[in-house]
Amino acid sequence: MNVTDTLTIETPGAHAITISREFDAPVDKVFRAMTDPELIARWMGPKYLTNTEIVNDARHGGTWKLVQRDPDGNEYAFRGVFHGEQTPELSMRTFEWLGMPGHVSFETLRLVDLGNGRTRADNVSVFTSQEDRDGMATSMESGVIEGYERLDEILEAL
Amino acid sequence: MSDDQLDLVFGALADRTRRAILARLAHEDANVGDLTALFTMSQPAISKHLKVLEQAGLISRNRQGTMRLSHLEAAPLKDATGWLADYREYWSESYARLDELLDSLD
Repeated sequence: MNVTDTLTIETPGAHAITISREFDAPVDKVFRAMTDPELIARWMGPKYLTNTEIVNDARHGGTWKLVQRDPDGNEYAFRGVFHGEQTPELSMRTFEWLGMPGHVSFETLRLVDLGNGRTRADNVSVFTSQEDRDGMATSMESGVIEGYERLDEILEAL
Repeated sequence: MSDDQLDLVFGALADRTRRAILARLAHEDANVGDLTALFTMSQPAISKHLKVLEQAGLISRNRQGTMRLSHLEAAPLKDATGWLADYREYWSESYARLDELLDSLD
């Protein structure tokens, strides 16, 4: 893992996941990269996934959609609706993986100006049940993350 | 690995002592006496941890003479970490790509 990676993933309470990350770019640039479909297509997801469809109608009531395809041809589709205008300070949307329809979560994204041309992106996702949250985040629970580095050591010793 | 077994594995791994026991067993099989000597904990407490690890499939226990040796089972650990890595890697890799993209934007 990159030591300069400022990614933190936490699971406060029973229904939420938070993801935070710092970027060496000003807020407006990060906002552009996160809202322009052509730009989103160039970074969203690991490299082995191809972004085959991206819609980002960032108006109140507008829809967003993301379809990703893996090398075996499996497609993963996600969709939702924006609530309120999408701004760097706050964007709010619903999130649904079409592989598990009906399990809808609510997400906020805030871009915080850190000064010196740096930005922190704070994502919060809130689920309607602990089961939904854990289904998405079992792997992200802090205890497990802490264990993850230990596990690397264990696996290396095998 | 089934979701139920993953739950057991993650539950077992959520405890610091149990992770330390696994780290110890990664080097060599051990009996409950060895492990009790290593941690400041009673033998029944260590036995309880071993039971949780065994139920998760992370260790097996074999009788050798009068001793019952605990042995690390690597397969579920590898499955769990592979699966565990997925979400974190998704965002870690996405954001690393975003770093590059931001560098290239005007």
